[in-house]
Amino acid sequence: MCRLLFCPVCLAIPGKIVNIDASKEYATVDYGEGTQRKANISLVEAIVGDYVLVHAGFAIQILDEKEAQETLELFREMLRAGEGS
Amino acid sequence: MFHLRDKKLANDIIAKIKQMDVHLKFMHVCGTHQDTLVKNGLDTLFQSCGITIGQGPGCPVCVTTPQEIEEMLLLARKGKMVTTFGDMIRVPGESASLQHMHAEGYDIRTVYSIDDAVTLARIHKEKEVVFVAVGFETTAPTTASVLLKHPPANFSILSCHRVIPPALQAILEMGEIKLDGFIEPGHVSTIIGMAPYEFLSTTYKMPQVIAGFEPLDLLMAVWMLVRQIYNKQAKVENEYLRAVHSEGNVKAQRAMKTVFDCVDVKWRGFPTIPKSGLELKKDFTSYNARDKFEDELKPLWDQDFSEPKGCRCGEVLRGLISSQECPLFGTACQPSHPIGPCMVSIEGSCNIEYRYTWK
Repeated sequence: MCRLLFCPVCLAIPGKIVNIDASKEYATVDYGEGTQRKANISLVEAIVGDYVLVHAGFAIQILDEKEAQETLELFREMLRAGEGS
Repeated sequence: MFHLRDKKLANDIIAKIKQMDVHLKFMHVCGTHQDTLVKNGLDTLFQSCGITIGQGPGCPVCVTTPQEIEEMLLLARKGKMVTTFGDMIRVPGESASLQHMHAEGYDIRTVYSIDDAVTLARIHKEKEVVFVAVGFETTAPTTASVLLKHPPANFSILSCHRVIPPALQAILEMGEIKLDGFIEPGHVSTIIGMAPYEFLSTTYKMPQVIAGFEPLDLLMAVWMLVRQIYNKQAKVENEYLRAVHSEGNVKAQRAMKTVFDCVDVKWRGFPTIPKSGLELKKDFTSYNARDKFEDELKPLWDQDFSEPKGCRCGEVLRGLISSQECPLFGTACQPSHPIGPCMVSIEGSCNIEYRYTWK
Protein backbone atom coordinates (compact mmCIF):
# COMPACT_ATOMS: atom_id res chain seq x y z
CA MET A 1 0.00 0.00 0.00
CA CYS A 2 1.41 3.38 -0.90
CA ARG A 3 0.73 5.53 2.15
CA LEU A 4 1.83 8.61 0.21
CA LEU A 5 -1.71 8.98 -1.06
CA PHE A 6 -3.40 8.68 2.32
CA CYS A 7 -3.87 11.36 4.92
CA PRO A 8 -0.50 13.02 5.13
CA VAL A 9 -1.12 15.01 8.28
CA CYS A 10 1.49 13.31 10.48
CA LEU A 11 3.02 10.81 8.16
CA ALA A 12 6.43 11.42 6.59
CA ILE A 13 8.19 9.00 4.28
CA PRO A 14 11.90 8.71 3.47
CA GLY A 15 13.02 8.92 -0.14
CA LYS A 16 16.10 9.72 -2.19
CA ILE A 17 16.40 12.85 -4.30
CA VAL A 18 17.21 11.79 -7.85
CA ASN A 19 16.76 15.11 -9.64
CA ILE A 20 16.30 18.79 -8.78
CA ASP A 21 14.51 21.01 -11.28
CA ALA A 22 15.83 24.30 -12.67
CA SER A 23 13.83 26.41 -10.18
CA LYS A 24 15.63 24.58 -7.30
CA GLU A 25 12.22 24.46 -5.62
CA TYR A 26 11.14 20.96 -6.65
CA ALA A 27 12.88 17.61 -6.71
CA THR A 28 12.02 14.13 -7.94
CA VAL A 29 12.11 11.80 -4.95
CA ASP A 30 12.47 8.03 -5.32
CA TYR A 31 10.67 6.05 -2.60
CA GLY A 32 11.77 2.65 -3.92
CA GLU A 33 9.79 -0.07 -5.67
CA GLY A 34 9.28 2.16 -8.70
CA THR A 35 7.55 5.01 -6.88
CA GLN A 36 8.85 8.46 -7.78
CA ARG A 37 7.09 11.70 -7.03
CA LYS A 38 7.77 15.41 -7.12
CA ALA A 39 8.39 17.09 -3.77
CA ASN A 40 8.83 20.72 -2.78
CA ILE A 41 12.32 21.12 -1.29
CA SER A 42 12.14 24.80 -0.32
CA LEU A 43 12.26 24.01 3.44
CA VAL A 44 15.60 22.17 3.26
CA GLU A 45 19.04 22.69 1.69
CA ALA A 46 19.15 19.38 -0.17
CA ILE A 47 21.23 18.11 -3.07
CA VAL A 48 20.83 15.17 -5.45
CA GLY A 49 21.58 11.93 -3.60
CA ASP A 50 20.29 13.16 -0.23
CA TYR A 51 17.67 11.14 1.59
CA VAL A 52 14.81 13.34 2.75
CA LEU A 53 11.69 12.90 4.87
CA VAL A 54 8.71 13.95 2.77
CA HIS A 55 5.53 15.13 4.44
CA ALA A 56 2.47 16.51 2.58
CA GLY A 57 4.51 17.02 -0.58
CA PHE A 58 7.37 18.84 1.16
CA ALA A 59 10.79 17.61 2.19
CA ILE A 60 10.90 18.59 5.87
CA GLN A 61 14.32 17.26 6.87
CA ILE A 62 17.42 15.66 5.38
CA LEU A 63 18.04 12.21 6.83
CA ASP A 64 21.47 11.41 8.15
CA GLU A 65 22.50 8.35 6.16
CA LYS A 66 25.51 7.60 8.37
CA GLU A 67 23.44 7.96 11.53
CA ALA A 68 20.82 5.59 10.07
CA GLN A 69 23.45 2.98 9.24
CA GLU A 70 24.86 3.21 12.76
CA THR A 71 21.51 3.27 14.59
CA LEU A 72 21.35 -0.42 15.46
CA GLU A 73 24.95 -0.44 16.70
CA LEU A 74 24.23 2.69 18.75
CA PHE A 75 21.22 0.97 20.33
CA ARG A 76 23.38 -2.05 21.24
CA GLU A 77 25.99 0.23 22.79
CA MET A 78 23.34 2.09 24.79
CA LEU A 79 21.97 -1.18 26.10
CA ARG A 80 25.45 -2.29 27.10
CA ALA A 81 26.16 1.08 28.75
CA GLY A 82 22.90 0.80 30.68
CA GLU A 83 23.78 -2.69 31.90
CA GLY A 84 23.88 -1.67 35.52
CA SER A 85 20.74 0.49 35.48
CA MET B 1 18.64 1.52 5.51
CA PHE B 2 15.71 3.33 7.16
CA HIS B 3 13.80 0.14 7.98
CA LEU B 4 15.38 -1.12 11.17
CA ARG B 5 14.87 -4.77 11.95
CA ASP B 6 16.88 -6.91 14.40
CA LYS B 7 15.06 -9.63 16.33
CA LYS B 8 17.85 -10.27 18.81
CA LEU B 9 18.18 -6.59 19.65
CA ALA B 10 14.41 -6.31 20.09
CA ASN B 11 14.44 -9.28 22.47
CA ASP B 12 17.38 -7.79 24.39
CA ILE B 13 15.52 -4.48 24.88
CA ILE B 14 12.37 -6.29 26.02
CA ALA B 15 14.39 -8.38 28.48
CA LYS B 16 15.97 -5.21 29.90
CA ILE B 17 12.57 -3.56 30.37
CA LYS B 18 11.13 -6.69 32.01
CA GLN B 19 14.09 -6.85 34.41
CA MET B 20 13.17 -3.43 35.75
CA ASP B 21 9.76 -4.64 37.02
CA VAL B 22 7.87 -1.38 36.60
CA HIS B 23 4.27 -0.17 36.54
CA LEU B 24 4.20 2.93 34.38
CA LYS B 25 1.90 4.93 32.11
CA PHE B 26 3.26 6.83 29.12
CA MET B 27 1.55 8.98 26.52
CA HIS B 28 2.50 9.63 22.93
CA VAL B 29 0.89 12.16 20.62
CA CYS B 30 1.26 10.78 17.13
CA GLY B 31 -0.99 8.61 14.98
CA THR B 32 2.01 7.03 13.32
CA HIS B 33 3.34 5.95 16.73
CA GLN B 34 -0.05 4.44 17.53
CA ASP B 35 -0.03 2.64 14.19
CA THR B 36 3.41 1.14 14.91
CA LEU B 37 2.37 0.15 18.44
CA VAL B 38 -0.86 -1.60 17.50
CA LYS B 39 0.16 -3.04 14.12
CA ASN B 40 3.19 -4.75 15.63
CA GLY B 41 1.51 -5.84 18.87
CA LEU B 42 3.84 -3.63 20.90
CA ASP B 43 0.96 -2.23 22.97
CA THR B 44 0.17 -5.67 24.42
CA LEU B 45 3.86 -6.52 24.70
CA PHE B 46 4.46 -3.38 26.78
CA GLN B 47 1.43 -4.19 28.94
CA SER B 48 3.05 -7.52 29.75
CA CYS B 49 6.07 -5.49 30.94
CA GLY B 50 3.86 -3.34 33.20
CA ILE B 51 3.77 -0.35 30.83
CA THR B 52 0.61 1.19 29.39
CA ILE B 53 0.99 3.56 26.46
CA GLY B 54 -1.92 5.72 25.31
CA GLN B 55 -2.39 8.13 22.45
CA GLY B 56 -3.15 11.66 23.59
CA PRO B 57 -4.30 14.55 21.41
CA GLY B 58 -1.89 13.55 18.64
CA CYS B 59 -4.10 13.39 15.57
CA PRO B 60 -4.61 16.77 13.93
CA VAL B 61 -7.84 15.76 12.20
CA CYS B 62 -9.20 14.39 15.49
CA VAL B 63 -8.56 17.56 17.53
CA THR B 64 -10.18 19.85 14.96
CA THR B 65 -13.24 21.31 16.69
CA PRO B 66 -16.88 21.01 15.64
CA GLN B 67 -16.86 24.79 15.03
CA GLU B 68 -13.96 24.49 12.57
CA ILE B 69 -15.84 21.70 10.75
CA GLU B 70 -18.86 24.00 10.47
CA GLU B 71 -16.63 26.76 9.05
CA MET B 72 -15.43 24.41 6.30
CA LEU B 73 -18.98 23.29 5.51
CA LEU B 74 -20.29 26.87 5.39
CA LEU B 75 -17.52 28.00 3.03
CA ALA B 76 -18.44 25.13 0.70
CA ARG B 77 -22.14 26.03 0.91
CA LYS B 78 -21.26 29.61 -0.02
CA GLY B 79 -19.74 28.44 -3.30
CA LYS B 80 -16.03 28.30 -2.44
CA MET B 81 -13.88 25.46 -3.67
CA VAL B 82 -12.80 23.78 -0.41
CA THR B 83 -9.56 21.83 -0.63
CA THR B 84 -8.02 19.68 2.09
CA PHE B 85 -6.28 16.43 2.96
CA GLY B 86 -8.05 13.09 2.55
CA ASP B 87 -9.23 12.31 6.06
CA MET B 88 -10.57 15.77 6.80
CA ILE B 89 -13.39 15.51 4.29
CA ARG B 90 -14.94 12.56 6.15
CA VAL B 91 -15.21 14.16 9.60
CA PRO B 92 -18.91 14.60 10.38
CA GLY B 93 -20.23 18.03 11.33
CA GLU B 94 -23.66 18.64 12.85
CA SER B 95 -25.51 18.24 9.56
CA ALA B 96 -23.01 16.78 7.10
CA SER B 97 -19.38 16.16 6.25
CA LEU B 98 -17.45 17.68 3.36
CA GLN B 99 -17.76 14.27 1.70
CA HIS B 100 -21.58 14.43 1.94
CA MET B 101 -21.48 17.94 0.49
CA HIS B 102 -19.30 16.72 -2.37
CA ALA B 103 -21.94 14.09 -3.12
CA GLU B 104 -24.52 16.90 -3.22
CA GLY B 105 -22.49 18.69 -5.87
CA TYR B 106 -20.51 21.21 -3.82
CA ASP B 107 -16.92 21.80 -4.90
CA ILE B 108 -14.73 19.84 -2.47
CA ARG B 109 -11.30 18.64 -3.58
CA THR B 110 -8.87 16.29 -1.85
CA VAL B 111 -5.26 17.35 -2.26
CA TYR B 112 -1.95 15.69 -1.47
CA SER B 113 -0.21 18.97 -0.70
CA ILE B 114 -1.02 22.66 -0.27
CA ASP B 115 0.91 23.11 -3.54
CA ASP B 116 -1.92 21.24 -5.31
CA ALA B 117 -4.49 23.63 -3.81
CA VAL B 118 -2.53 26.63 -5.14
CA THR B 119 -2.41 25.00 -8.58
CA LEU B 120 -6.20 24.62 -8.46
CA ALA B 121 -6.49 28.34 -7.62
CA ARG B 122 -4.32 29.19 -10.64
CA ILE B 123 -6.46 27.02 -12.93
CA HIS B 124 -9.83 28.16 -11.57
CA LYS B 125 -9.27 31.93 -11.47
CA GLU B 126 -13.05 32.51 -11.40
CA LYS B 127 -13.42 30.70 -8.04
CA GLU B 128 -12.37 31.39 -4.48
CA VAL B 129 -10.22 28.43 -3.43
CA VAL B 130 -9.91 27.78 0.32
CA PHE B 131 -7.34 25.34 1.67
CA VAL B 132 -8.28 23.88 5.06
CA ALA B 133 -4.84 23.91 6.70
CA VAL B 134 -4.79 21.09 9.24
CA GLY B 135 -1.73 19.76 11.04
CA PHE B 136 0.86 20.33 13.71
CA GLU B 137 4.36 21.79 13.39
CA THR B 138 5.17 19.19 10.72
CA THR B 139 2.61 20.66 8.34
CA ALA B 140 2.45 24.34 9.33
CA PRO B 141 5.81 25.21 7.65
CA THR B 142 4.48 23.88 4.33
CA THR B 143 1.57 26.33 4.60
CA ALA B 144 3.95 29.13 5.58
CA SER B 145 6.31 28.35 2.72
CA VAL B 146 3.52 28.63 0.15
CA LEU B 147 2.13 31.89 1.55
CA LEU B 148 5.57 33.46 1.48
CA LYS B 149 5.63 32.91 -2.30
CA HIS B 150 2.52 35.05 -2.96
CA PRO B 151 -0.09 32.59 -4.23
CA PRO B 152 -2.95 33.98 -6.38
CA ALA B 153 -5.46 36.41 -4.85
CA ASN B 154 -8.32 33.89 -5.15
CA PHE B 155 -6.47 31.55 -2.76
CA SER B 156 -6.87 31.59 1.02
CA ILE B 157 -6.45 29.26 3.98
CA LEU B 158 -8.64 28.33 6.93
CA SER B 159 -5.98 27.74 9.54
CA CYS B 160 -6.64 24.81 11.86
CA HIS B 161 -2.92 24.44 12.60
CA ARG B 162 -1.95 23.67 16.18
CA VAL B 163 1.27 23.17 18.09
CA ILE B 164 2.05 20.23 20.35
CA PRO B 165 3.93 21.40 23.49
CA PRO B 166 1.06 23.53 24.92
CA ALA B 167 -1.29 20.53 24.59
CA LEU B 168 1.13 18.34 26.56
CA GLN B 169 1.22 21.03 29.23
CA ALA B 170 -2.60 21.16 29.22
CA ILE B 171 -2.76 17.39 29.83
CA LEU B 172 -0.47 17.79 32.84
CA GLU B 173 -2.24 20.90 34.16
CA MET B 174 -5.67 19.29 33.89
CA GLY B 175 -4.41 16.51 36.13
CA GLU B 176 -7.05 13.99 35.02
CA ILE B 177 -4.46 11.36 34.25
CA LYS B 178 -1.21 10.46 35.99
CA LEU B 179 1.60 10.06 33.50
CA ASP B 180 5.17 8.90 33.99
CA GLY B 181 6.60 10.12 30.68
CA PHE B 182 5.98 11.34 27.16
CA ILE B 183 7.07 9.72 23.90
CA GLU B 184 7.48 12.81 21.72
CA PRO B 185 6.49 12.85 18.05
CA GLY B 186 9.45 12.32 15.73
CA HIS B 187 8.22 14.28 12.73
CA VAL B 188 7.02 17.31 14.70
CA SER B 189 10.45 17.22 16.34
CA THR B 190 12.30 17.29 13.00
CA ILE B 191 10.91 20.82 12.77
CA ILE B 192 10.93 22.13 16.36
CA GLY B 193 13.96 20.25 17.71
CA MET B 194 14.35 19.48 21.41
CA ALA B 195 14.18 22.83 23.21
CA PRO B 196 10.37 23.40 23.10
CA TYR B 197 9.82 20.28 25.25
CA GLU B 198 12.34 21.15 27.93
CA PHE B 199 9.96 23.13 30.17
CA LEU B 200 7.89 19.98 30.64
CA SER B 201 10.91 18.26 32.19
CA THR B 202 12.07 21.23 34.27
CA THR B 203 8.63 22.40 35.49
CA TYR B 204 6.69 19.14 35.60
CA LYS B 205 9.59 16.68 36.05
CA MET B 206 8.48 14.67 33.03
CA PRO B 207 10.87 12.24 31.37
CA GLN B 208 10.60 12.63 27.58
CA VAL B 209 12.06 10.79 24.61
CA ILE B 210 11.68 11.86 20.97
CA ALA B 211 11.07 8.66 19.01
CA GLY B 212 11.10 7.40 15.44
CA PHE B 213 8.51 5.11 13.92
CA GLU B 214 10.09 1.70 13.49
CA PRO B 215 9.15 -0.92 16.12
CA LEU B 216 12.76 -0.85 17.35
CA ASP B 217 12.55 2.95 17.73
CA LEU B 218 9.61 2.60 20.09
CA LEU B 219 11.17 -0.27 22.03
CA MET B 220 14.29 1.82 22.49
CA ALA B 221 12.36 4.98 23.40
CA VAL B 222 10.40 3.12 26.08
CA TRP B 223 13.60 1.63 27.49
CA MET B 224 15.15 5.14 27.56
CA LEU B 225 12.11 6.46 29.47
CA VAL B 226 12.23 3.57 31.93
CA ARG B 227 15.96 4.16 32.40
CA GLN B 228 15.35 7.86 33.17
CA ILE B 229 12.72 6.94 35.75
CA TYR B 230 14.96 4.28 37.29
CA ASN B 231 17.78 6.84 37.54
CA LYS B 232 15.36 9.49 38.91
CA GLN B 233 15.95 11.79 35.94
CA ALA B 234 13.55 13.99 33.98
CA LYS B 235 15.02 15.26 30.72
CA VAL B 236 14.46 15.36 26.97
CA GLU B 237 16.31 12.64 25.08
CA ASN B 238 16.40 12.03 21.35
CA GLU B 239 16.15 8.46 20.11
CA TYR B 240 15.42 9.52 16.48
CA LEU B 241 18.92 10.78 15.78
CA ARG B 242 18.84 9.98 12.07
CA ALA B 243 16.09 12.57 11.49
CA VAL B 244 15.89 14.95 14.46
CA HIS B 245 18.61 17.52 15.07
CA SER B 246 18.55 19.22 18.46
CA GLU B 247 17.94 22.63 16.86
CA GLY B 248 15.23 21.26 14.48
CA ASN B 249 14.70 22.68 10.99
CA VAL B 250 15.60 26.34 11.47
CA LYS B 251 14.49 27.36 7.97
CA ALA B 252 11.04 25.88 8.59
CA GLN B 253 10.82 27.52 12.03
CA ARG B 254 11.66 30.90 10.46
CA ALA B 255 8.92 30.47 7.83
CA MET B 256 6.38 29.63 10.56
CA LYS B 257 7.38 32.63 12.69
CA THR B 258 7.10 34.99 9.70
CA VAL B 259 3.61 33.86 8.78
CA PHE B 260 1.85 32.78 11.98
CA ASP B 261 1.01 34.13 15.43
CA CYS B 262 0.44 31.71 18.30
CA VAL B 263 -3.14 32.12 19.51
CA ASP B 264 -5.40 30.57 22.14
CA VAL B 265 -7.62 27.86 20.60
CA LYS B 266 -9.88 25.03 21.65
CA TRP B 267 -9.01 21.45 20.81
CA ARG B 268 -11.70 18.81 20.53
CA GLY B 269 -12.22 17.39 24.00
CA PHE B 270 -10.23 20.20 25.63
CA PRO B 271 -11.00 23.68 26.85
CA THR B 272 -9.11 26.58 25.24
CA ILE B 273 -5.37 25.88 25.37
CA PRO B 274 -3.27 29.06 25.58
CA LYS B 275 -0.97 29.77 22.61
CA SER B 276 -1.67 26.39 21.04
CA GLY B 277 -3.06 27.50 17.67
CA LEU B 278 -1.49 29.16 14.65
CA GLU B 279 -3.37 32.02 12.98
CA LEU B 280 -2.05 34.17 10.12
CA LYS B 281 -0.33 37.42 11.01
CA LYS B 282 -1.92 40.72 9.89
CA ASP B 283 0.48 40.95 6.90
CA PHE B 284 -1.17 37.84 5.48
CA THR B 285 -4.77 38.85 6.16
CA SER B 286 -5.66 38.72 2.44
CA TYR B 287 -4.93 34.98 2.57
CA ASN B 288 -6.89 34.41 5.78
CA ALA B 289 -10.30 32.91 4.94
CA ARG B 290 -11.59 34.05 8.37
CA ASP B 291 -10.82 37.68 7.43
CA LYS B 292 -11.69 37.42 3.76
CA PHE B 293 -15.09 35.80 4.39
CA GLU B 294 -15.72 37.27 7.84
CA ASP B 295 -19.29 38.35 7.04
CA GLU B 296 -20.21 34.82 6.05
CA LEU B 297 -18.39 33.01 8.86
CA LYS B 298 -19.10 35.41 11.73
CA PRO B 299 -22.54 33.99 12.65
CA LEU B 300 -20.82 30.68 13.47
CA TRP B 301 -18.35 32.16 15.91
CA ASP B 302 -20.90 32.86 18.66
CA GLN B 303 -22.52 29.45 18.44
CA ASP B 304 -21.74 26.35 20.43
CA PHE B 305 -21.48 23.17 18.41
CA SER B 306 -21.78 19.96 20.31
CA GLU B 307 -19.88 16.73 19.89
CA PRO B 308 -21.80 13.96 18.10
CA LYS B 309 -24.26 12.27 20.48
CA GLY B 310 -22.64 9.49 22.49
CA CYS B 311 -19.20 10.15 21.00
CA ARG B 312 -16.36 9.88 23.54
CA CYS B 313 -13.53 11.10 21.26
CA GLY B 314 -12.81 13.87 23.77
CA GLU B 315 -12.00 11.36 26.52
CA VAL B 316 -9.98 9.23 24.09
CA LEU B 317 -7.95 12.30 23.11
CA ARG B 318 -7.29 13.18 26.76
CA GLY B 319 -6.06 9.62 27.35
CA LEU B 320 -8.83 8.88 29.85
CA ILE B 321 -10.37 5.90 28.08
CA SER B 322 -9.27 3.44 25.40
CA SER B 323 -11.11 3.35 22.09
CA GLN B 324 -12.81 0.08 23.02
CA GLU B 325 -14.31 1.64 26.16
CA CYS B 326 -16.52 3.86 24.00
CA PRO B 327 -19.90 2.12 23.64
CA LEU B 328 -20.15 3.23 20.01
CA PHE B 329 -16.82 1.62 19.04
CA GLY B 330 -17.22 -1.07 16.41
CA THR B 331 -21.01 -0.92 16.56
CA ALA B 332 -22.55 2.42 15.59
CA CYS B 333 -19.10 3.89 14.91
CA GLN B 334 -16.93 2.17 12.32
CA PRO B 335 -14.51 3.42 9.65
CA SER B 336 -17.21 3.01 6.98
CA HIS B 337 -19.65 5.20 8.95
CA PRO B 338 -17.69 7.08 11.62
CA ILE B 339 -19.45 9.07 14.32
CA GLY B 340 -16.36 10.80 15.71
CA PRO B 341 -13.11 11.93 14.11
CA CYS B 342 -10.94 9.35 15.93
CA MET B 343 -12.68 6.69 13.80
CA VAL B 344 -12.27 8.74 10.60
CA SER B 345 -8.58 9.46 10.47
CA ILE B 346 -6.06 6.73 9.76
CA GLU B 347 -4.10 8.44 12.53
CA GLY B 348 -7.03 8.31 14.97
CA SER B 349 -6.70 5.76 17.74
CA CYS B 350 -10.19 4.31 17.17
CA ASN B 351 -9.53 3.81 13.46
CA ILE B 352 -6.19 2.14 14.19
CA GLU B 353 -7.72 -0.07 16.90
CA TYR B 354 -10.52 -1.10 14.56
CA ARG B 355 -8.25 -1.85 11.60
CA TYR B 356 -5.77 -4.02 13.46
CA THR B 357 -7.62 -5.63 16.33
CA TRP B 358 -11.39 -5.59 15.90
CA LYS B 359 -12.83 -8.93 14.86
